[in-house]
Amino acid sequence: MALILTEEQSMLRDSARGLISDKAPVSHLRQLRDSKDETGFSRELWKTFAEMGFSGLLVSEQFGGSGLGAVEAGIVMEEIGRTLMPSPFLATSVLAASALSRGGSEAQKAQHLPKISDGSLLAALAVDEGAKHRPLQTSMQAVRSGNGFKLTGDKALVVDGHTAGLLIVAARTAGSAGEKNGVTLFLVDPKAKGIATERTIMVDSHNAARIVFDNVEVNADSVLGEVDQGYPLLEGVLNVGRGAVASEMVGLSEEVFGRTVTYLKERKQFGKPIGEFQALQHRAAQLYIDIEITRAAVLKALQALDADPANAGSAVAVAKTRAGTTATLAVQEGVQMHGGMGMTDQFDIGFFMKRARVCQELFGDSNFHADQLARAKGY
Amino acid sequence: MADLEKFRSETRAWLEQNCPPEMRKPMTSDGDTFWGGRNAKFSSEPQRVWFERMRDKGWTVPHWPKDYGGGGLDGEEAKILRQEMTAIGARQPLTSFGISMLGPALLKYGTEEQKREHLPKITAGLIRWCQGYSEPNAGSDLASLQTRAESDGDDFIINGQKIWTSYANYADWIFCLVRTDPAAKKHDGISFILFDMTSKGVSTKPILLISGYSPFCETFFENVRVPKSHVVGTINRGWDVAKYLLQHERAMISGMGERGVGRPLGQIAADSIGADAQGRLDDAVLRSQIASFEVDEAALAAAAERAVDLAKAGQAHPAFSSAMKYYGTELNKRRYEILMSAGGIDALEWESERSRGGARPRAWLRTKANSIEGGTSEVMLGIVAKRILDLPGA
Repeated sequence: MALILTEEQSMLRDSARGLISDKAPVSHLRQLRDSKDETGFSRELWKTFAEMGFSGLLVSEQFGGSGLGAVEAGIVMEEIGRTLMPSPFLATSVLAASALSRGGSEAQKAQHLPKISDGSLLAALAVDEGAKHRPLQTSMQAVRSGNGFKLTGDKALVVDGHTAGLLIVAARTAGSAGEKNGVTLFLVDPKAKGIATERTIMVDSHNAARIVFDNVEVNADSVLGEVDQGYPLLEGVLNVGRGAVASEMVGLSEEVFGRTVTYLKERKQFGKPIGEFQALQHRAAQLYIDIEITRAAVLKALQALDADPANAGSAVAVAKTRAGTTATLAVQEGVQMHGGMGMTDQFDIGFFMKRARVCQELFGDSNFHADQLARAKGY
Repeated sequence: MADLEKFRSETRAWLEQNCPPEMRKPMTSDGDTFWGGRNAKFSSEPQRVWFERMRDKGWTVPHWPKDYGGGGLDGEEAKILRQEMTAIGARQPLTSFGISMLGPALLKYGTEEQKREHLPKITAGLIRWCQGYSEPNAGSDLASLQTRAESDGDDFIINGQKIWTSYANYADWIFCLVRTDPAAKKHDGISFILFDMTSKGVSTKPILLISGYSPFCETFFENVRVPKSHVVGTINRGWDVAKYLLQHERAMISGMGERGVGRPLGQIAADSIGADAQGRLDDAVLRSQIASFEVDEAALAAAAERAVDLAKAGQAHPAFSSAMKYYGTELNKRRYEILMSAGGIDALEWESERSRGGARPRAWLRTKANSIEGGTSEVMLGIVAKRILDLPGA
């Protein structure tokens, strides 16, 4: 398979770019932030996403979706990254749709997937518990109780947790933190008794929540996949999410870079454009090269996720590591090269820096994934 | 698609049958590379067998036209062959500057006669080429070169000196940049010319490097007579040919190094340093450097694959090889810094059987030239800044 977009994929990119740049430029995020919008994204725009087939992108046609793959999801995420659009796409259309499609029973799929496709159901994945992403360390308890389970524990950085109509929760039915065996995924109604959701206002003005579960009762039908055997399913879903966030960071990096190069050509000091100075030229060139190489690594991972998801782990680890370091470099150079203007809230560049920091942490930062790769290679 | 799958299975079967087991092991010394040429010697019987089988198949240069001794494979087929060779660790049967540098320039700028004369001798490994570009006072500023070619009837008379001429002392022919119009602006008076290294007036002198090896030479020309018909492209327009060739040279250099073959660096390091109870390298900081390196190495491999696919689709920027050259060479230097650190004391021996004659430290020192030869890293960044990013010229 060639490591470039097909014609159909390029068309998808163009239509996503057209919509997102038109309806949700960076000023859209700024407006949501400044008005302290309770939802934190535009429900109107989410309807349009559904009409264009984006919300059900990963859902099979049988359940009203488009039946496309990780490459296509990455294409949409990259465009989202360019304008920093807050959207349920990641939590609902990528994570939840993947989890349900891969792990769901026919009944679960039939109940939820059509609603994801038509945009009427928002969902969220609750995995993280500590300060860093460590899915293997999941320690939230799910204790057998009658025909079902009782869930107790705290979840953090639940993307879109405050608006979700369905939670997918990783909890421990056996074993202890650090063990693959004993992790189970549950479908949980966020309105269930014992759930306290706190929307957390984040540095990047995107949406997340902390959710506390206190003896939340769920029945046996709410298990997604198999009891105790949820870890491989979770890893598979997280890998799609990692590929998607890596794509978002590619879009974000490229946008910051484009704005910065434009500024280098416009801003004059010492009587000439600052882009004439070799000190800046070389750094701009290094950043360009970094972005291009990361773009290739990310596309490689997305293709691997579609072609052979069970063996895509290393390619995903490479992509998420690279995307994180590249985005971090891009936003730092972006602010530095914009000088004092880069430090102002009035200028958009700071929004990119804030979002890049959150994307780094989402589903494992560069350190986490480089470590994963080293373990996979046996050292 | 079905045709390509058929090609893949046939290629796999052919390689399985024809690639000797010895030629599937990672190369360990310079002698493992076969360069061809009038005085070529095979370092082993399997090397000879492998070369001859690939030559007869046209696969020493699989993507050149069959008329010129190539394999006539299209882009997809050539990619499949590369993948299948990589899969079994098959060595390149023939390495030469004729393949990686002169050939592409001749295919684009050469006359039909020049192509028929030179290309088949490259694919058959009969003639070994060297590159006469740099001069003592023309390094990064290559276009200021001073080697003169003065007109004398149907010939040029060439006088001057080249430096850093790789393997000039083993080469049969040279492709050389000479000044044919001293009055013109510096880029406009240069011609690209081919001649035999046994011509009267040509001499070479190897330069001893910090690695203890002498891969580069000084090359001197004293009244060397060369027919004007040996000019490639138009007289005084040699800079176009030179630049085009440099793109290929940079692409080749960016691909140097043993990317993704053999054991992971972390395991090589663990051999000498050891591992903790959980199997992790017993040097946490080095382990993290290695992991970052291997991430970047995998990403570069993807970028190299993508660069080929972009070129095939006609979407590549012509200056992108400068970007790859920069990144690939800096990465290879990192690889060897890590290898030296991983080897510790053992990697410091310069002359012993145990160290295979100091192979590792010598290779480490050799990599320092990667970011200088074929255009320095700084020149590459300048090219990217100006030609790709369109930043204003200084």
